[in-house]
Amino acid sequence: MDMKTLLLLIALAPLAGSIVAGLFGWAIGRRAAHVVTIAGVAVSAILSLKVLSGFVFGHAPVFNEPVYTWLTVNGNTYSVGFQIDALSALMMAVVTSVSLMVHIYTIGYMQEDPGYQRFFSYISLFTFSMLMLVMSNNFIQLFFGWEAVGLVSYLLIGFWFKRPTAIFANLKAFLVNRVGDFGFLLGIGLILAYFGGSLEYRDVFAMAPQLAAKTIELIPGHAWSLMSVTCVLLFVGAMGKSAQFPLHVWLPDSMEGPTPISALIHAATMVTAGIFMVARMSPLFELSDTALNFIMIIGSITALFMGFLGVVQNDIKRVVAYSTLSQLGYMTVALGASAYSVAVFHVMTHAFFKALLFLAAGSVIMGMHHDQDMRNMGGLRKYMPITWLTSLVGSLALIGTPFFAGFYSKDSIIEAVNQSQLPAAGFASFALTASVFVTALYSFRMYFMVFHGKERWKLNVHEHEADAHDEDEHHHGLGPNDNPHESPWVVTLPLVLLAIPSVVIGYLAVGPLVYGDFFNGAVVIDAIKHPALLHLGEEFHGATAMALESLRSLPLWLAAAGVLAAWIGYMKAPQLPDAIRRRINGVYVLLVNKYYLDELYFAVFAKGSRWLGNAFWKIGDMLLIDGLLVNGSAAMVASISRLTRRLQTGFIYSYAATMILGVLALMTYWFAPLILR
Amino acid sequence: MNWATLNLMPALPELFLLSAVLVLLVIDMLLDDERRGVLYGLSLATLAGCAAMQYLAWTPVPVETFQKMFVADPLSGVIKFFLYGVTAAVLIYTRQYVADRQMFKGEYFTLTLFALLGMNVMVSASHFMTLYIGLELLSLALYALIALRRDSVPATEAAMKYFVLGALASGLLLYGMSMVYGATGSLDIATIARVIASGNGNTVLLVFGLVFLVAGLCFKLGAVPFHMWVPDVYQGAPTAITLMIGSAPKLAAFVFLTRILGQGMEALLSQWQGMLMIVAVLSMALGNLTAIVQTNIKRMLAYSTISHMGFLLVGFLTGNAEGMSSAMYYAIIYVLMSLAAFGVLLALSRAGFECEKVADLKGLNQRNSWYAFLMLLAMFSMAGIPPLAGFYAKFAVIRAAANAGMVPLAVFAVLMSLIGAFYYLRVVKAMYFDDAEEDAAIEVRADMRLVLSLNGLALLALGVLPQQLVALCMTAVKQSLTSL
Repeated sequence: MDMKTLLLLIALAPLAGSIVAGLFGWAIGRRAAHVVTIAGVAVSAILSLKVLSGFVFGHAPVFNEPVYTWLTVNGNTYSVGFQIDALSALMMAVVTSVSLMVHIYTIGYMQEDPGYQRFFSYISLFTFSMLMLVMSNNFIQLFFGWEAVGLVSYLLIGFWFKRPTAIFANLKAFLVNRVGDFGFLLGIGLILAYFGGSLEYRDVFAMAPQLAAKTIELIPGHAWSLMSVTCVLLFVGAMGKSAQFPLHVWLPDSMEGPTPISALIHAATMVTAGIFMVARMSPLFELSDTALNFIMIIGSITALFMGFLGVVQNDIKRVVAYSTLSQLGYMTVALGASAYSVAVFHVMTHAFFKALLFLAAGSVIMGMHHDQDMRNMGGLRKYMPITWLTSLVGSLALIGTPFFAGFYSKDSIIEAVNQSQLPAAGFASFALTASVFVTALYSFRMYFMVFHGKERWKLNVHEHEADAHDEDEHHHGLGPNDNPHESPWVVTLPLVLLAIPSVVIGYLAVGPLVYGDFFNGAVVIDAIKHPALLHLGEEFHGATAMALESLRSLPLWLAAAGVLAAWIGYMKAPQLPDAIRRRINGVYVLLVNKYYLDELYFAVFAKGSRWLGNAFWKIGDMLLIDGLLVNGSAAMVASISRLTRRLQTGFIYSYAATMILGVLALMTYWFAPLILR
Repeated sequence: MNWATLNLMPALPELFLLSAVLVLLVIDMLLDDERRGVLYGLSLATLAGCAAMQYLAWTPVPVETFQKMFVADPLSGVIKFFLYGVTAAVLIYTRQYVADRQMFKGEYFTLTLFALLGMNVMVSASHFMTLYIGLELLSLALYALIALRRDSVPATEAAMKYFVLGALASGLLLYGMSMVYGATGSLDIATIARVIASGNGNTVLLVFGLVFLVAGLCFKLGAVPFHMWVPDVYQGAPTAITLMIGSAPKLAAFVFLTRILGQGMEALLSQWQGMLMIVAVLSMALGNLTAIVQTNIKRMLAYSTISHMGFLLVGFLTGNAEGMSSAMYYAIIYVLMSLAAFGVLLALSRAGFECEKVADLKGLNQRNSWYAFLMLLAMFSMAGIPPLAGFYAKFAVIRAAANAGMVPLAVFAVLMSLIGAFYYLRVVKAMYFDDAEEDAAIEVRADMRLVLSLNGLALLALGVLPQQLVALCMTAVKQSLTSL
């Protein structure tokens, strides 16, 4: 099989599964729907791993070819094409393998849902879109994939479309992403305008160095660096997709969707598209320190402040969601520090352990009969041993325990920022280090509340608060006399399979991926201006040494402190958090209300645009278009009609007279000039 | 006249038709009222025979006979085939209607076939004299058909108006012909064309005659300001006869126009182009604007016809092969559209009830969704909505005008078709969105059901795949008007 066929198969197998399950799901039934989609994704996953192994165990050549010409305008050809190098191969492997796990898990999680086939169709479609995004060799296809994953995300957040909260959430995700995509599109527009008309990465990157010093005047009198404007605009796209502050508000609400997609789309893959994109565009971003500083600041804010919010959440999925936001912040900061390989490395490790945490949370939710409130949980380890152990592994990986996957990527990020010489690095370094403590605190707060302590569902008859999000309409929560039970094997198998890489992938991959030459050619770093990663490489002496060295470093002890704090607060002295809360009530209220950003957006943007829309409707549409143009012209036509109708008198002499007058008129016009001449 | 060398082949269909009509007249005398249905069958058989003869007489190049007074060429051949088909459809559609209204007499069939003979002669005329004879044969038959119900006041009034104004128009036409004769010394179209082209004609006389010719022609088409008879006659005549007036004669009129202006007066293009442009603009504007306020659907369709003739002229007046063939295509499609529209009206009418108000169509979809759909096809097609044939026809004439550099005219035509869409859609709205006011069963003979369905679907088919017919029109025009 040649490379092109192989790649096409990777991309199209999930699409085929999606089409079959989506269009013919009603005919082939549930079983066939999941068989066909899982088969499609499995083919894709196996072949992706084969492609990746070519890059890992040997130096496979970069594949960069068009496969289909879409259109040709003014001599520029826009085609669907694949650029397969180490970066895209890695992403493909991560996307397809996590997707495969989620597909299998879904069999158990969605088994009672009437939209079973639809769900499988959507997640396969998502896999296809995400693959097209990462495999692309040009901006157009990137944008199409970008929008396609956004569309599927929208469809899946609103999967339970009869629920008003789900519809609110998917609309919110859609609108917030429009803001990001607008910037992204403007960025692509600038590239089209200034980079020689081609939208192929290859051509654009080749042009970039010549344009490094070019300035443009978007506002007359203000010359801005073309590269900075372009990169910041592109990054605005990434901010939307990867939920960076202040465009992060859609991600927590996206938890309205079924848990498998929270794992797949809103933790492991789609939200990392922004990170991937910036890494892919490294030849451009390396030319603009302004953009890199901007990225680093945004990432730091996201990492630290979203972590705080995780501490006050009681909904198990929301804790994981805020954790995701915080981790995305980490990745973004790594990009800002020009440590693209570290960022992508964190994308990979995070994909595994965060998917694991989400799926484990889903398993807990199933055990709790669709109750998501952690205040009703406790002591679950006795009833759900596999979920408990895998959750523990995921949490340890997340907080950066040495030898676990998250440790290598997160520590590398912190180190890279410490080595960075950009002005923003100081703040970023502080924010990332501080959020190590926060991460440990909220992770183990969740862990202790869910798996240890008293079996609280037996104690209190739970009140259904507005924020206790119900997974489905019919029933939720355990009665005082029920006990949770472990989930079926289709649910626990993916947990175990994801737990394995969550432990070992960091240890195995950190050497080659971050400090080796794996990404050579795929990402570009200006080592003179941004030497952080170079310094890091000099200090790296193997994965084991790195883990041992960390014993002497601050982050590890902060993480330990976080775990300890969680243990004290939620195991040892449960009254303590309440006491603290009372003391700093202002801060608590601020956090519970998510810094009032939703309220702000709602008051300013939502209300403002509705006011604007209203104004356009009233003045533009009703008054000018409807009133003046449409009804006005209709009224004019009607009045002319009434007039012409009167010409038809019914009297034969007036008809004859009209004819004669007609002849006369023609005569006067054509004949008179002839005789007068 | 040298009988030995007379070639009767080009006139074979006409000779057959004439003989058949005479035979029908005799048979009619032998029939009693109950067995009048025989005539219906025989008339349809006659039309089939005509088509067969037409096939035998087909010629790819013009062949003249009767001392160059009669010509058989692809233009006349194609149009005649359509004339037979349309006349057959008219007979089928009106069968029940005329039977319900005491019009099912021998005269109905013989007059119809005489009208057809008149049209055939018009279409094949290559001499002003034959042109005029054909026209009068058609007109006299139509006057009589309208007045077939002697006791109906609106019908006799309509017949009277048509007759008086038609006589006036004939007078104008003859006057114009005599002027042309005076200027060129001939009534033969080819000779006239040659003389004018050579510059030997008296231009003053020619233009004087041209004005009258255009006036007479526009009367036949029903174009503004010679359109006054159209609404009154359409409304006043029994729907069956309205269908007859509104369909086949328009095809004949198109050829009439082509023979006189396109062939005979081709060298005066710059003169008649301007005249027709004024007429076209007025027709489109007045037809569409006045149709909006009509509540009688027959009257509305009359104004719609006026506007369609305006569109046809837009194509024709370019004077080139593209424009003429697009006008021919337009004429054919127009006839199919009005057949379908009037066909549905006839299907809905029954003894004691005339379906002639827009309101009579209310809720048709609930009563019979298939007829509603056929009417929808006809209305959408007339409005020029893709993918129906009417869209392509409008598109073709407007494109021809734009290609000929007459962009303002093309833009105006587009605007007018936009306004026109309103009243067609009003019919659709009545059929689909209003509640039915009556629930009388719709009973339609099987043959009519079949032909009407085919008729409606043809509008769809010709809209999706217009190429064949367009190519046919192009060939016919190019091979018959050798100067193009």
